[in-house]
Amino acid sequence: MTSTDNTRKNTPGGIRARWNNLSRPQQWLALVPVVVLIYFIPVIDPPLLTTEPYTNFPIAMVHAAELAMVAIGLNVVVGQAGLLDLGYVGFFAVGAYVAALLTSKESMLHKLPYLATLPLAMVVTMLAGVLLGLPTLRLRGDYLAIVTLGFGEIVRLLATLVPALNGQVGFADVGHPPGTNADGSLIFSARDGTPWYWLVVTLIIILLLFVGNLERSRVGRAWVAIREDEDAAQIMGVPTFKFKLWAFAIGAAIGGLSGALVAGQTGFMNNQNFSVAFSVLYLAAVILGGSGNKVGVMVGAFIVSYIPDRFTNLSDRKYLIFGLFLVVLMIFRPQGLLGARQRLLARGRQAYQRLVGRGEQISSDSSVSAEGGGQA
Amino acid sequence: MHPLTVFLADSSWINFDVTSFRQEFWDNTFNGLTFGAIYALIAMGYTLVYGVLRLINFAHSEVFIAGAYALVFTLSGLGFDGSVPGLSTLALIGDMLLACLVAMLASGAIAVLLERIAYRPLRRKGAPPLAFLITAIGVSFAIQYAIFIWRGASAEPAVILFVPKALFSAFGTNITNQQLIIFVAAIVLMLLIDQFIQRTRFGRGVRAVAQDPDTATLMGVNKERAIMLTFLLGGLLAGAAALFYVIKVPSGVVFNGGFTLGIKAFAAAVLGGIGNIRGAALGGLLIGLVGNYGQTLLGNAQWSDVIAFVVLVVVLMFRPTGILGESLGKARV
Repeated sequence: MTSTDNTRKNTPGGIRARWNNLSRPQQWLALVPVVVLIYFIPVIDPPLLTTEPYTNFPIAMVHAAELAMVAIGLNVVVGQAGLLDLGYVGFFAVGAYVAALLTSKESMLHKLPYLATLPLAMVVTMLAGVLLGLPTLRLRGDYLAIVTLGFGEIVRLLATLVPALNGQVGFADVGHPPGTNADGSLIFSARDGTPWYWLVVTLIIILLLFVGNLERSRVGRAWVAIREDEDAAQIMGVPTFKFKLWAFAIGAAIGGLSGALVAGQTGFMNNQNFSVAFSVLYLAAVILGGSGNKVGVMVGAFIVSYIPDRFTNLSDRKYLIFGLFLVVLMIFRPQGLLGARQRLLARGRQAYQRLVGRGEQISSDSSVSAEGGGQA
Repeated sequence: MHPLTVFLADSSWINFDVTSFRQEFWDNTFNGLTFGAIYALIAMGYTLVYGVLRLINFAHSEVFIAGAYALVFTLSGLGFDGSVPGLSTLALIGDMLLACLVAMLASGAIAVLLERIAYRPLRRKGAPPLAFLITAIGVSFAIQYAIFIWRGASAEPAVILFVPKALFSAFGTNITNQQLIIFVAAIVLMLLIDQFIQRTRFGRGVRAVAQDPDTATLMGVNKERAIMLTFLLGGLLAGAAALFYVIKVPSGVVFNGGFTLGIKAFAAAVLGGIGNIRGAALGGLLIGLVGNYGQTLLGNAQWSDVIAFVVLVVVLMFRPTGILGESLGKARV
């Protein structure tokens, strides 16, 4: 064990161990340049990374950021609490329609400022999450998967069938945050991705702080317990239903927020963006990056969103390649690109080893990376 | 009036058309049973694989659509097209059986290949269940878009086998030969599969692996072969379903046409109790019926999906493992 640990110093596992050994302020300090770089990416438009001339680069980056936010929300449900949700696009749709209905000139409801609809979208989707969760969260595993899939389909079909939601005609002129440039043009327009990118990234950072704190709290520990073994968690006194409902509600709220943001950014919303295929794509982003790992799911979301934008000349072939890529990836790295951080489980193992008296100090993730690395 | 009340009161989108529901009740029943039989055949594929591997085989809808393509190609090769063929009954049946056989073989081959290439390596590694699901999704995407690149976005030209003709009437509606053929043939196929699983040596092997793979292996059951057999059976049934589907919807063969059908078939399998063959049959028929009733009652074809899923959710609330429960593994020797 010790020898394998030494040989693994240069692997990602080793980097992760070193990262975990840094103190909190040190981690913050190290993150500052990364965050700055991320903020300025659409302005820099790096030559190798650029999606021009196929897709406007800032727009491609907004797409990636929006998908990253969706992935963070879905990760709470799938990665943290282990609830398989195949209808996540339903929440996304609810959020998008809240924003569209309350800001577009074409809807008959009262108009609100766009920024005010963001929290409102979160509240409404949270309610939708609770409404869906209350009857269905007693189901396990694959039954939950099919019910959530059904929910996604129902939302999509209602968007088509309810006249007030305008079906395929949709809503044009969805609102946007206020503000004009010096020349009087709008700061937040559908054509310029950069301000939207900054807005979404800022919101993502806030969400990451929030979700990260949840992860480390009692709630997060309960989620991990439920994910690993629901019956055992229940027996140990974890109110599993309550925490599953929380996971659903929080995941839904984040989905709704991203829906509202997408509606505002594109400035147009109709019923064509909510098919099951999108739920599947979101899930693919989460699993690809590494379900349960916040950084991982963002990387996964970036890949899923970036590749079609970058290689539009592949046009039809991109989905074929994407599908094959998923298959190959799962064969060689079933836990995703970056596996889940199992600090909690690792601590349990440490305690166990101390108890049996081997007195061996293992780094927090070495056992995990040993499992994963051994296969690759 | 406050706009919100206008918005909420604008409920013209939902109106119950009870008169036509009453008038067309039996019509809907027979049509629903016909569609239900098709769902049931596809649902069998989901349920067999789930019963043995605990895996939602998302790519099963693509196994089905591959069979449908093979069927359409065979039929156009035999000279069928959008016009009504002037063949004798015997020749027609012969052609249909040939095309059905080709479709079944194509679907079966795709299903077995899928198992060999995509799922077996994962099983060897003991990958987590989510990895299987993502693989299934990946395969589903790959097959769909491989067909898309090959055949384009538009549906294959319609292939008409025969014109539905009223045979006799019951409850005030005519029952056509089309409905009767699909329903009876599907039921016969399902009974065959059920008996195969219940009575034969191979079927016993499948049930043993479903119940406890390790013990089954120790008892001399070839686990890999049993798993392959379930995929093959599911594929064969999907191929047969492709024939019935094309008879019912002659121009419905399109690259993503399997997806929605697959979702409904999967819902049917869950409704009946996933892993349970008889449950899949029951669930399929129920989904077909409920969808057809809902469509007439609410006056729009798209409501049929909404109603199907609402029924699924309601049933699962009261019977969390489906109507008949999961039981492929529960041996009744």
